[in-house]
Amino acid sequence: MTTVDELLALGDDALIAAQRLGEWCSRAPEMEEDIALTNIALDQLGAARLLLTYAGELGGAGQTEDDLAYLRDDREFRNCLLVELPDTDFAVTIGKLLFLSAHQRLRYEALAGGADEQLAGIAAKAVKESAYHLDHSSLWTVRLGDGTEESRRRMQSAVDGLWPYTHELFEGGDHRDAWLSIVEPVLAEATLDRPADGWAPTGGRVGRHTEHLSYLLAEMQVLHRAHPGARW
Amino acid sequence: MVTPREAAAAVVDPEIRAVTIEELGVLRDVAVDGASGRVTVTITPTYSGCPAMEVIRADIRRALRAAGHPEVEVVTELAPAWSTDMITESGRAKLAAAGIAPPGPAGRGGPVTLSLSVRCPRCGSPDTEQVSRFGSTACKALWRCRACADPFDHIKAL
Repeated sequence: MTTVDELLALGDDALIAAQRLGEWCSRAPEMEEDIALTNIALDQLGAARLLLTYAGELGGAGQTEDDLAYLRDDREFRNCLLVELPDTDFAVTIGKLLFLSAHQRLRYEALAGGADEQLAGIAAKAVKESAYHLDHSSLWTVRLGDGTEESRRRMQSAVDGLWPYTHELFEGGDHRDAWLSIVEPVLAEATLDRPADGWAPTGGRVGRHTEHLSYLLAEMQVLHRAHPGARW
Repeated sequence: MVTPREAAAAVVDPEIRAVTIEELGVLRDVAVDGASGRVTVTITPTYSGCPAMEVIRADIRRALRAAGHPEVEVVTELAPAWSTDMITESGRAKLAAAGIAPPGPAGRGGPVTLSLSVRCPRCGSPDTEQVSRFGSTACKALWRCRACADPFDHIKAL
């Protein structure tokens, strides 16, 4: 039985990831990558819209995808902390996308074969896109990790900084081994050290977020809140 | 007299104007309610976030209105997920004629990035390379021909 919180976790991960990726629009290191990151943002946004629409239907309070995206406060979001972290460096964006897309691919793969037909339909569509995101972020991880001294230093620093936040992805799931079997070979090929497990920050799935989410929401929601009911 | 099916099938994709939504495999079904005359058109998105869907919905309504069917409902269906294998033979030929390399067969469980199979849509040479994994729309990648030096779009196998 699918729960609203389960859909919000999936949908909010995708929505917040889309918003962060969209910040690269016109600012990526090269034009091809600018197009790539915004294309990936669009895929994430597409999945988020489907998942939030379904969450609204299941919630029974008549909430639309827009109500859920624009009119909830930070405490009501169920995304993992990983996706809301600021993209302070291109290597951080790539690290976040690698860890997230490996997780999304596994989750969507499992849900595509699940009993909930509506969710299975969304997942079967999204899993193909996640595979492409994973492929893209893997190639960049290798290119940066096994690149120059400077690119390796920054990719390693990104991986080290993000690793603690990956533990939250597996709360209520049993796919960490499968996730490691995807991520570890990429890190190895990139000549990067796989960080040791230790600190495991948590709270996103119950609405306790970092301060970064509040700033992100302020920007994402300002238009809709200033003009209630505004539509394209 | 244009049938509802013919009217919907003739709608052109707003982003790749060389092909119709039927040739692209986006059009799933056109059903007419005998009593009310109401037409229900079922479509499927190529990618989850494809921004062309809104335009396609509006174009379908407009085409059916013009064909004498004012009562139109456009519904979106996700399953089975769209695949480039659903692009018809005539669609592939039209893509190639428009300078867009059509996709090879879709792999199981994910896109195939085999570079060997992409032929230049202009000169036919197999000596091509990928410039960017993402292109002007969600469904395309940017390629370049080493033989004739022309860049071209390629529909990614999905």
